Amino acid sequence: MLTYTLRRLLVAIPTLLLISLVIFLLVDLAPGSPASEIPLTVPAEVKAKMIEAMGINEPVHIRYLLWLKQFFWTEPLYAIDAAFGTDFADNAPRIISYSSKVPVIDYIAERLPQTLIVIGSAYVIAILIALPIGIYSAYRQYSWFDQIGTFVSMVGYSVPTFFTGLLAIIVFTSWLGWFPSIYNTSLRVVDWASFKQQVTQMFLPVAVLALFNAAELSRYTRSSMLENLSQDYARTARAKGMSERTVVLKHVLRNSLIPVITVITLGMPAIFAGAIVTEQVFKINGIGAALIGAIHVNDLPVVQTIAFITAILIVLFNLVADILYGILDPRIRYD
Amino acid sequence: MAERAAPVLEVKGLRTIFRTRGGEVHAVNDVSFHLNRGEVLGVVGESGSGKSVTMMSLIGLLPAPPAENRGGEVLLGGRDLLKLDTRALQEVRGARVGFVFQDPMTSLNPVFTLGDQLMEPLRKHMGMDRTAAANRAVELLELVGIPDARRRLKAYPHQFSGGMRQRVMIAIALACDPDVLIADEPTTALDVTIQAQILELVKELRHKLGMAIIWITHDLGVIAGIADRVLVMYGGQVVEQAPVRELFANPQHPYTRALLRTIPAISGPREGRLKVIQGQPPILMAPPAACPFRARCDYRHDRCDRENPLRRAVDGRPVGQGHDVACHWTAPAPVAEVIHA
Repeated sequence: MLTYTLRRLLVAIPTLLLISLVIFLLVDLAPGSPASEIPLTVPAEVKAKMIEAMGINEPVHIRYLLWLKQFFWTEPLYAIDAAFGTDFADNAPRIISYSSKVPVIDYIAERLPQTLIVIGSAYVIAILIALPIGIYSAYRQYSWFDQIGTFVSMVGYSVPTFFTGLLAIIVFTSWLGWFPSIYNTSLRVVDWASFKQQVTQMFLPVAVLALFNAAELSRYTRSSMLENLSQDYARTARAKGMSERTVVLKHVLRNSLIPVITVITLGMPAIFAGAIVTEQVFKINGIGAALIGAIHVNDLPVVQTIAFITAILIVLFNLVADILYGILDPRIRYD
Repeated sequence: MAERAAPVLEVKGLRTIFRTRGGEVHAVNDVSFHLNRGEVLGVVGESGSGKSVTMMSLIGLLPAPPAENRGGEVLLGGRDLLKLDTRALQEVRGARVGFVFQDPMTSLNPVFTLGDQLMEPLRKHMGMDRTAAANRAVELLELVGIPDARRRLKAYPHQFSGGMRQRVMIAIALACDPDVLIADEPTTALDVTIQAQILELVKELRHKLGMAIIWITHDLGVIAGIADRVLVMYGGQVVEQAPVRELFANPQHPYTRALLRTIPAISGPREGRLKVIQGQPPILMAPPAACPFRARCDYRHDRCDRENPLRRAVDGRPVGQGHDVACHWTAPAPVAEVIHA
């Protein structure tokens, strides 16, 4: 297993390099230029200097290599410096956002907590809701519970979050006035009152996203459970006199979880990337919003870096999914 | 064999139906039989004759719904299993009645070790702790002829061959010293040499442990080799019941005879094409009001269409004790002449 993991990590390096090149070129080839964001009132020679300062007029391969060096070498050095108070980085140039002029990594670090709190808790809640629903729907297939669950999942999965989000805002904010529609990023949780406020403002986006994710996951869980409930080994477990609880929650669930875990794990990178649409709808100042903002103003370094970190996470969680697969299913061993 | 001693298992008038979209399917129709201590009862019939369903409904193993019991008694140790609640039934399953299923490749849970699966009933029914259960599991694996048993406890099913897995299934069924072992076509999915090994194993275990066995199969050769008494089933009912020698020497029911004719003879001149029984067993959407075999029977007459024959004694002993058959023909039905209309 260890050899397998190391081998997979090594293979990931060329994969990621290729992905980084594709991302860089794609973003670079896209129409528009960061220079177009400079107001027309700025004199031409000043504009030229600004362009030079941003490094946009270098050829693309130079900019790519520079970005690579900064991403894989300079930024980790800064991270080490920040953690241990050392000075390895020695003021080397960092990846700087064109529009806000701060290091991209700092910019991301500033946005990340909002995304992790809102999208992350939505994901966790979705899992906690979806698994029991999926298990029970399968165990009582075609019961009322299952029928209603199926209907809700279908609706939850097929209606996009920008619709459910707006609907939730209309109902719960405009009509009922229970929850705010805008997420206040600057809120600091210091006491009970601010904690309550934080929970209130998180409620709608978390509910909308959790419904969407739970709908998908509960379907996976249900179909996987159904497949396994009719297997011979479930009958064997019953013939041994095991209780229904043991049969379903031990024998069948363990087998059914294998594909479900994969789906959950592969969905993890999406937490980082943020639910772009939901963040827009509820004005959450997270990574998704940062990405959209950066695309609007042609802030190439931000777009490239966010896209690339997402790519790294996807590759990483693919590996994690494979390793979990091997742990859960003894028939799959990679050595 | 002490036939008058109290049987270990007695089934009286068992009826089971399945609720389907098309209506009720009557799968088990008024089945009665008993099982004596230390006896091997062979149950034969082709696929769909109701033999597996009968045995599974004894012990509540059929998924309900769609399965539903419609009467009868299943007496095991003086208790009627059909009247027990789920929890009490779970105490009987795996403890007093062991089950071995047809396909050893899928009957074991792929993600748990064999030790885990073997120790589960021991811990539940016998209240053993891990160490005691592990020791007993090693004993059981050795009993069914698996060498190097202690190390094998940590193995997973996929590391075992089909024959080995069936041995493990038998070990699981025997774990709590059951009174009755129900083996549902346990050798059908195995190749012939492994079949012979499993048969030998079961014969040996039967003498060692003295339990009673119900052996379901459609293979009459297997029946001849292992059974003391045979139950022939058709259309969810018992059509003939006899000691094994008697059944092979003096088959009464046209279905039994037809089954015996489907066995190819190894010696003697070739008989031309192997005999087959034309058609399929019926799917009964109502309790049978006529003989279920009539559509495929060469000796059908008008009474067969009006009346479902009751089991009646052939050799003068009470029904169930000696040789009995459910056929309107009282004299052995004519063998040579076919009176088909």
